[in-house]
Amino acid sequence: MTSHTKGSYYLPPPSKWPLVGSAGIFCLLFGLANWLHGNHFGTVLFGIGAMLIIYMIFGWFGTVIRENEAGLLNNEQVEKSYRWGMIWFIFSEVMFFSTFFGTLFYIRVYSVPWLGGEGIGDLTHVLLWPNFVAKWPLLATPNPNEFTAPHSVMNTWGVPALNTLILLTSGVTITIAHWGLLKKKRTQLAIAQLATILLGISFLIMQGVEYGEAYMEKGLRLDAGAYGNTFFMLTGFHGLHVTLGTIMLIVIFGRILKGHFTPAHHFAFEAVAWYWHFVDVVWLFLFIFVYWI
Amino acid sequence: MTPTRVSKHHDDDHDHGAHQEPGFLGFVKRWVFTTNHKDIGTLYLTIAMVNFLLAGAMALLIRSELFLPGHRLIAPDFFNTMTTMHGLIMVFGVVMPVFVGLANWQIPMMLGAPDMALPRLNNWSFWLLPFAFTILLSTFFISGSAPNYGWTFYAPLSTKYGPPSTDFMIFAIHIMGMSSILGSINIIATILNMRAPGMKLMQMPMFVWTWLITAFLLLAIMPVLAGTVTMMLTDRHFGTSFFDAAGGGDPILFQHLFWFFGHPEVYVLILPAFGVISEILPTFSRKKLFGYHFMVYATAAIAFLSYIVWVHHMFTAGVPIQAALIFMYSTMLIAVPTGIKIFNWVATIFKGSITFETPMLFAIAFLFMFTLGGFSGLMLAIVPADYQYQDTYFVVAHFHYVLVPGAIFSAIAAVYYWIPKWTGHMYNETLGKLHFWLSTISLNITFFPMHFLGLAGMPRRIPDYALQFTDFNQIATVGAFIFGFSHLIFLYNIIQTVRGKGKKATKRVWEGAHGFEWTLPSPPPYHSFLTPPVFVEEASSHEAWDVSDHHEK
Ligand SMILES: [Cu+2]
Repeated sequence: MTSHTKGSYYLPPPSKWPLVGSAGIFCLLFGLANWLHGNHFGTVLFGIGAMLIIYMIFGWFGTVIRENEAGLLNNEQVEKSYRWGMIWFIFSEVMFFSTFFGTLFYIRVYSVPWLGGEGIGDLTHVLLWPNFVAKWPLLATPNPNEFTAPHSVMNTWGVPALNTLILLTSGVTITIAHWGLLKKKRTQLAIAQLATILLGISFLIMQGVEYGEAYMEKGLRLDAGAYGNTFFMLTGFHGLHVTLGTIMLIVIFGRILKGHFTPAHHFAFEAVAWYWHFVDVVWLFLFIFVYWI
Repeated sequence: MTPTRVSKHHDDDHDHGAHQEPGFLGFVKRWVFTTNHKDIGTLYLTIAMVNFLLAGAMALLIRSELFLPGHRLIAPDFFNTMTTMHGLIMVFGVVMPVFVGLANWQIPMMLGAPDMALPRLNNWSFWLLPFAFTILLSTFFISGSAPNYGWTFYAPLSTKYGPPSTDFMIFAIHIMGMSSILGSINIIATILNMRAPGMKLMQMPMFVWTWLITAFLLLAIMPVLAGTVTMMLTDRHFGTSFFDAAGGGDPILFQHLFWFFGHPEVYVLILPAFGVISEILPTFSRKKLFGYHFMVYATAAIAFLSYIVWVHHMFTAGVPIQAALIFMYSTMLIAVPTGIKIFNWVATIFKGSITFETPMLFAIAFLFMFTLGGFSGLMLAIVPADYQYQDTYFVVAHFHYVLVPGAIFSAIAAVYYWIPKWTGHMYNETLGKLHFWLSTISLNITFFPMHFLGLAGMPRRIPDYALQFTDFNQIATVGAFIFGFSHLIFLYNIIQTVRGKGKKATKRVWEGAHGFEWTLPSPPPYHSFLTPPVFVEEASSHEAWDVSDHHEK
């Protein structure tokens, strides 16, 4: 399946990477499920799955990068397919985060006030937990014997505000890198890209510090009732995405050092930049709705 | 007469076919590593058929237990796992894959493209599925019980009180969701980017349009389902209380999230079916589709409305009455665009020169019985009436009327319609008609009595019932067995066609068929259009089929 006429759409030959990926995800999740139920082979399977996925990522992206450097993907239509693919992938990620934001809003606006006796919740309140007072952040759960609430929550204008600043700055530095790429200023590109990576890593370190403080000092834990649930679910998945984004930025940095990307042809750089901006915007919503109001 | 669509395709002079090395290993490698849309389409259709027989067998077990009142054949918990798995597999393992399979086969051909936009991703979307179903089916071998709370897996049945196998189901759903998201991304990229030069969006075949809209629905809802089952997992194992009021959460929140996914999901199951019907009716009526533009707008309107109706599944769950009323009206609003579609289909066949080949028979059955299912849906949307119908067999009758003669029949119609193109051979028309009459009659014997059972108060998801429900249950069970076995005729017919038993099919196959796929030889070359054909606008786009244009036959 080689040598298609010039200008025609690139059709990749049969590939083993999707199967490796599927098997990897199967081992990872089937292993995890067994692990949760105390089956020891689950841990092993989980490890095998993780390795298969890493192998797949290296293999698949390596293939695409090689095809790209060989000029096979140097076709406007092919590049457009990749663009649409990335855009709609990010859209699905947005919807994933919307689920947890929706959960947060529902709990704050409906379920907690109802448990406190408002609206349709008056009987629930009287019959189940008459002592519960609805307040957000939730510093006392309806049934304290089952779920222990935190003593206090994060200070908005401490670490969270600093992290906002860090991420916003990284959005600027990646744009500076993009300008460097477009104007063929490779040094500017490399330095700004490196700065973005360092900002991403410092965000993660700060987030780790904050988690430590939450767990050790404030009793703010994943299982500390609805506030802890939504706090860790949202910031946790966001942190995971920042981690992925930082790894992607590092890969792009490596390719920059290798001399990849031209002003006309640098889709991978753009895709990672879009992803980084997406992570950035999610954080802004987090800062407003989780930490601030 | 000039053909309405000119193909510059030089007949497969450099079509290299599938690269298959000799031997069993070569066979496996070809199908496992393939990046070809036709191979992947075939894989999707195959897995859908296998799952259809499996989930169908589960339905027959359910009907056997319900043949007589009292606890007779299977243990109550096993009965619950059967209803759960029947639903899960039919939704995720049959209807979704069968339409993705049809999309894979048809969309590149209908657009004049060589393949899907992202062929490797396409392979991945498929090969995630067998792994997901392995995990899902493994739940039968896990101590405790397989999932036993219905396909909607409501909390706290699935969280606090769920059997250990629930976690396996959760991960299976994660993988299926990934598969759907990747598949949808690919379909959107293909439709937006791979159309033949000159083909505008409003000139695409209806099947392509309905899939474009379906793909957007999937992209918006599958991540929500993934997030929801993730919260189930943390509730089960990591001490969160999203769906537990004791920690400030709410079990009803689970229902909101599930149905925010679940209602658009039923349109994921039915919109591609609308597309299939919109292809078949014009062909066998030898007329253009009536009101093409309105069909597109109505599909988009249905998709939009599907996001704002989900609470109609929860009227009796304890939502504020204002919310119930708002969602009642928004639900009824869906009848407007759906009515437009039904009207346009009827107008399409009105005064056409109709012939009744098997695909057309199934399409007409779709028209009647899907409409019936739509009407019972309207009844269920009325809040005070729903208090009576909720959780009865009336609901079962309703959604089986929209899904069986709706989604399943249109998928069957699509297979009969396109299989001559795929294989190069005609199916056996006599067997096709036999399949049609047997399945249509038995379908009504099975599901029609359920309306009466439900209105009389028989609850769903219970293995036992009061004596007065016996007669109708027996009728339904007899119908179900005829219905189930009628599909063996279908399977036999497919196998014989694939083996090349029928007579050779022409390029156009059907006298009234129009579109790029019918300009390719039957079977089409491995890469549908290596050189894109030129889309030539007809007299006024979709308004003017030239009925006399069938000189290719
Ligand atoms: Cu609904």
